[in-house]
Amino acid sequence: MSLLDLLTDYTIQTVALGACLLGVISGLLGGFAVLRRQSLLGDALSHAALPGICLGFIIAGTRELGSILLGALSTGVLAALVMLLLTRRSRLKTDAGLGITLSVFFAVGIVLLTYIQGTGNAAQAGLDSFLFGQAASLLRSDVWVMGGVTVVAVVIVLAFWKEFKLVSFDPLFAASLGLPVVVLEVALTIMIALAVVVGLQMVGVVLMAAMIIAPATAARQWTRRLEGMVLLSIAFGVAGGLAGSLISATSRGLATGPLIILSVSAIVLVSLVLAPERGVLWAHLRHRRNQRQMRGAQVLETLYRLADHHDDPRYPAEQGMVDAYHGFATRQALTRLEGRGLVEPVRHEPETTPHWALTPAGLAEAERQAGAATREAV
Amino acid sequence: MRTPNPSPASDIAGERHADRWTPDLGAGVFDRRTDRLPTTDGLHEPDLALHVEDLTVSYYGDPVLWDIDLNVPPGVMCAIVGPNGAGKSTLIKTILGLVRAAAGHVTIHGRPYKAQRRRVGYVPQRSTVDWDFPTTVADVVTMGLYGHLGWFRRPGRKEHQRALEALELVGMHGFAERQISQLSGGQQQRVFLARALVQQADVYFLDEPMAGVDATTERAIVDILRRLRDQGKTVIVVHHDLQTVRSYFDWLLVLNVRVIAQGPVSEVYTAETLRKAYGGQIALLEPDAVSAAPGQEARS
Repeated sequence: MSLLDLLTDYTIQTVALGACLLGVISGLLGGFAVLRRQSLLGDALSHAALPGICLGFIIAGTRELGSILLGALSTGVLAALVMLLLTRRSRLKTDAGLGITLSVFFAVGIVLLTYIQGTGNAAQAGLDSFLFGQAASLLRSDVWVMGGVTVVAVVIVLAFWKEFKLVSFDPLFAASLGLPVVVLEVALTIMIALAVVVGLQMVGVVLMAAMIIAPATAARQWTRRLEGMVLLSIAFGVAGGLAGSLISATSRGLATGPLIILSVSAIVLVSLVLAPERGVLWAHLRHRRNQRQMRGAQVLETLYRLADHHDDPRYPAEQGMVDAYHGFATRQALTRLEGRGLVEPVRHEPETTPHWALTPAGLAEAERQAGAATREAV
Repeated sequence: MRTPNPSPASDIAGERHADRWTPDLGAGVFDRRTDRLPTTDGLHEPDLALHVEDLTVSYYGDPVLWDIDLNVPPGVMCAIVGPNGAGKSTLIKTILGLVRAAAGHVTIHGRPYKAQRRRVGYVPQRSTVDWDFPTTVADVVTMGLYGHLGWFRRPGRKEHQRALEALELVGMHGFAERQISQLSGGQQQRVFLARALVQQADVYFLDEPMAGVDATTERAIVDILRRLRDQGKTVIVVHHDLQTVRSYFDWLLVLNVRVIAQGPVSEVYTAETLRKAYGGQIALLEPDAVSAAPGQEARS
């Protein structure tokens, strides 16, 4: 299938559009969820959507999307409230509260699902696709629903941007200013539940949490401002959604939802390693550079002390001895110091290992170092 | 927009609008929860910067604060001291409405806190926030103005300018665009102080501002707080270091669930009251440090 075919195919267009919308809403709200250390809330909310899906089906009697999504939203929000009550009113910690709520709601969902399947209602076929999502079943009308929900979430977040930001950073201070902190927190939670609902058909209840967490986690690596983080998080969500749906479209039979999750996870992996400042790679390089600098300074100091001890500024120190003194191979450090013109190799027979002496510049540098160290100690 | 608060003390702080985030309760209407009525002129203990009566707080049935009566006059620097678990932070949080009181009421300059939010500045403990949050120093300081802005209005150039001025005051003006994750503990504390300064309040509550900061920062913080006091503002500080109470503060509350003693430092800072609050832990102090010697001024 050529690229043009891909872009003009009606089904693929629908799926790609849905994936984009999912990327926008989950990237937007994931940013706040991750910063508020509520990444797992997304997980609990999405698992808790399953009983709602089944109840929606039972009440409506058909696989009608509106009632199913409404059901999913209701049980998601109910689960969030249960969690809030559990952690506020008992001494249960947040993680335990999340874990218990997630499992109980999911178990109820599975029981309801098997009950519906047992009734032999023909309309129930495909209801279990909400577990892992089935993007191919997405209709254009579903995309309109997703778009509407996304627009509402974007408008709310934009309108109360500064309030959400303050509540996420410093809820105590926010409350002291008179902000209705609980209302704002509940609003964020409900919107995360909305994002979950938007993602149900695409990626399903089991994998939805990753869609909330991954784009935001990746975005956090690259930016210094909340504004940038949320924008980038949205961009990563959209990119992952598009990549997943296009890969799925070109390779017949591979599930779209999991591919979307794998795509955003790939972005996370790259970000964790490569992002400047926060990336693992840069941290490693920085560490190496610091270590090199420190070793250079240490070796220079050793040569200086040896010269001082022998009362000979040009004292030829033997590399093996310097190695033994430091407990690591100093050849690299010495070569780098030579590159900076601070030491030079000298012939000094008998030569078991090379000999090195300070240059006049090296002597000056070593004295400067020693002086700085003395001043710091004082 | 509402009419400016007519209190004379508010003139020091420049322009003021009524709190837009919460409905204006009107002059002297009491906290609807405790439902107490004020005196006829609408003010209750208007001569006190802070007035607390019968305040009681409990967690899971255990009293954390018990029957607190507290009066702080305007224009003093007041320390709240007490052993761990004495309820020092809880007292501040309850006064600010962040913790629900089981009983009692609070007035700030004669009115309940809800009507006086704009006259109160708050510096929470530094450790209560995640300093890895993606934002800049100037941005955090600007948050102090969010209450003045109210819903929907975004901070603009004017707010940014005021944040910069506050940073200047705390000696951090070169740090405006710095990531907050790159700050040292002392710098974090200065940023929090700057955020409270932009609030231009009349009464400041600070929760352990000197905890875990270096000597220079501690000195700088004390200087700023003194300047606020000299402008007629009231500064109330949860403090952990008994050794510096006499040199830094002029008013003192010794707390251990109940009020042990309160009043001018010269009268309250005695071995007896401290022993009553701290019990055996008082061994930390050398005896002459607590014997309020005559002629030794608290304000140095």
